[in-house]
Amino acid sequence: MSVVTDTSVRSEENFRVTRSRRNVAWTGAGALIVVVVLALFPYIVYSGTTSLMVQGFIIVTLASMWNLLAGYAGLVSVGQQAFVGLGAYFVLILAQHSLSPFGGLPVAAIGCGVAAVPLWWLVSRLRSGYFAIATWVLATTIMLFIEKFPSIGGGTGMSLPGLSGYDPTLLVAYTYWIGLAVTVLALVTVYVMLRGRIGLVLTAVRDDEVAARSSGARVGLARMLVFVVAAIGCGAAGAVLAISQLIVQPGAVFTVQWTAKMAFAVVIGGLGTIEGPILGAIIYMILQQTLQSYNAWYLIVLGLIAVVVALFARRGLWGLVDDHLHVRLFPVGYWLWTPESSGRRGSGRRGIRPRRASQHRGGRHS
Amino acid sequence: MAWVNAIIQGILTGGLYALFACGLSLMFGVMKVVNLAHGDLAVIGAYVALGVITVTHIPALWSFVIVVPIMALLGYVLQRTLIQAALDRGVLITLLVTFGLSVVIESGLLQFINADSHSLGVGESIVTGSFSIGSQIQIAYLLLLIFAVAVVVLLGLQYFLSVSRYGRMIRAVADDQEAAQLSGIDYRHVFGIAAAIAFGTVALAGIAYGMYSQFSPTTGTDTILLFAFAAVVIGGLGSLWGTLLGGIVLGVAQQIGAQINQSNQFLAGYLVFLLVLAVRPQGLTARRAQS
Repeated sequence: MSVVTDTSVRSEENFRVTRSRRNVAWTGAGALIVVVVLALFPYIVYSGTTSLMVQGFIIVTLASMWNLLAGYAGLVSVGQQAFVGLGAYFVLILAQHSLSPFGGLPVAAIGCGVAAVPLWWLVSRLRSGYFAIATWVLATTIMLFIEKFPSIGGGTGMSLPGLSGYDPTLLVAYTYWIGLAVTVLALVTVYVMLRGRIGLVLTAVRDDEVAARSSGARVGLARMLVFVVAAIGCGAAGAVLAISQLIVQPGAVFTVQWTAKMAFAVVIGGLGTIEGPILGAIIYMILQQTLQSYNAWYLIVLGLIAVVVALFARRGLWGLVDDHLHVRLFPVGYWLWTPESSGRRGSGRRGIRPRRASQHRGGRHS
Repeated sequence: MAWVNAIIQGILTGGLYALFACGLSLMFGVMKVVNLAHGDLAVIGAYVALGVITVTHIPALWSFVIVVPIMALLGYVLQRTLIQAALDRGVLITLLVTFGLSVVIESGLLQFINADSHSLGVGESIVTGSFSIGSQIQIAYLLLLIFAVAVVVLLGLQYFLSVSRYGRMIRAVADDQEAAQLSGIDYRHVFGIAAAIAFGTVALAGIAYGMYSQFSPTTGTDTILLFAFAAVVIGGLGSLWGTLLGGIVLGVAQQIGAQINQSNQFLAGYLVFLLVLAVRPQGLTARRAQS
């Protein structure tokens, strides 16, 4: 916090602090255009393409949530499939009680958030690696528990009721729009969270947990909030998954492969950047589509790339882009403009290097 | 009587789970590495044993003579290269790398071998038999042997760590890496040795599981990693005897669950794990809470 107030006081002496190096309005307008164009896709392209893009939306949403957990709150969860599964099953249960799956989706997402609170209480007792496996055990336990109820399909699963009345083409379009809406909402939530106070707390914790705690940062609360938000996001993605697959099977929704996909997308795209998970999800979709005829190969390739990227380019591909082009689509940090640099602003890409006053990005871990 | 049987079977399978947990516990205790690929490495051990048995026709029981050194070597090499590189970059990267390794191993086994279940045939020997106590309790020699192996491994490890030269070095590095380094210990080498030992026990765990039950590429995460972890947490982090106790508690919980209804077996084990996490997060044996 001190950095921010400090520079804003001194800004009268020719210092300026901005969120971004370029005008945010342009990126905002650009994002709006992208969303509008994406929203028009069902009118332009075949339904095969939109179905594929729904899978992409699911991965982007999941990856953004996992990035929030691992990249910002330092929580490596290997059990996010718990919420993917819960989201899907909540939609199924609501649909059985004659609530349309589209209307059930927000309820299911909120339900996941509520469920996350007691689960957080349990798993937060363990740290780092043991936290990771504890979330995994939790996901498996929830799956085994759900399999005990034959009324929601038991161990074999069940098709989702309530969608048979729709025209198939229309259903694909609705699914696409709801997938897009969930993704946009997830990204906006992450952006707003990280720009605000909680983003500052998380960045402080990431850089030095002891110092952050002693400055009065409520670390536990911030982490819990992130866990709950990630549960809501993953639950919403799970609900979209159920609607797009029209069937809910415990083995398919509770598989650890969901966490593998989101984690690999984040690591490859760029841990601790908002843009990274989007880029990673696109790379994931490309690899999956190219290698899908070779069964498990895409996961092998993804895993290997993720390991190499984690070791040798820990800010991922977006980190490389950012280092060379200084592009930030979602600026959450601050740029400090000194008198020398602001005088020459816009005169050229190479000449000016405004300093980052506060870096909300994946820097070095302690 | 059926309940007594369930408890006895549970105690004996607990030995197997403690064997699963041994390597995980050792690597965390020494290197502070939580190896998410632990279970998949045990499955690799089982597949290597299967290969060795098929090629050399040695009895499954003796396959460990070849498999344990192979896995120990793999452990040393992996620790000195991949895991050390990850460790140098922090806890987060270590978790990501071992998770990546886990997924790559599992998918690789599915891709290059197949999804079929295999088991290590023990063949006709005394081990396949069992003896009875009363009319309801039957104890398989194999399970008794696995339990004995687990106890011997844990005892041996305890003895090795407290008495031998390398054991002292390992404890020194685990306690204070920098001080140990100042005293002339090459901690990377010591880490490698510890990983070799851990992988040796992982190989034993894989072979034991292969003889006891059937394994497939997904066994590593479904069963071995999660059971090993549950045993470690129930028993208390960082205690070898706690691990044995944790394994036994998990085994007994599973068998009692199965006694109520066959489909409850795994759920009962995990529920006991969650119960321990809720009321006694430091585990059954540990004195203070782990942070």
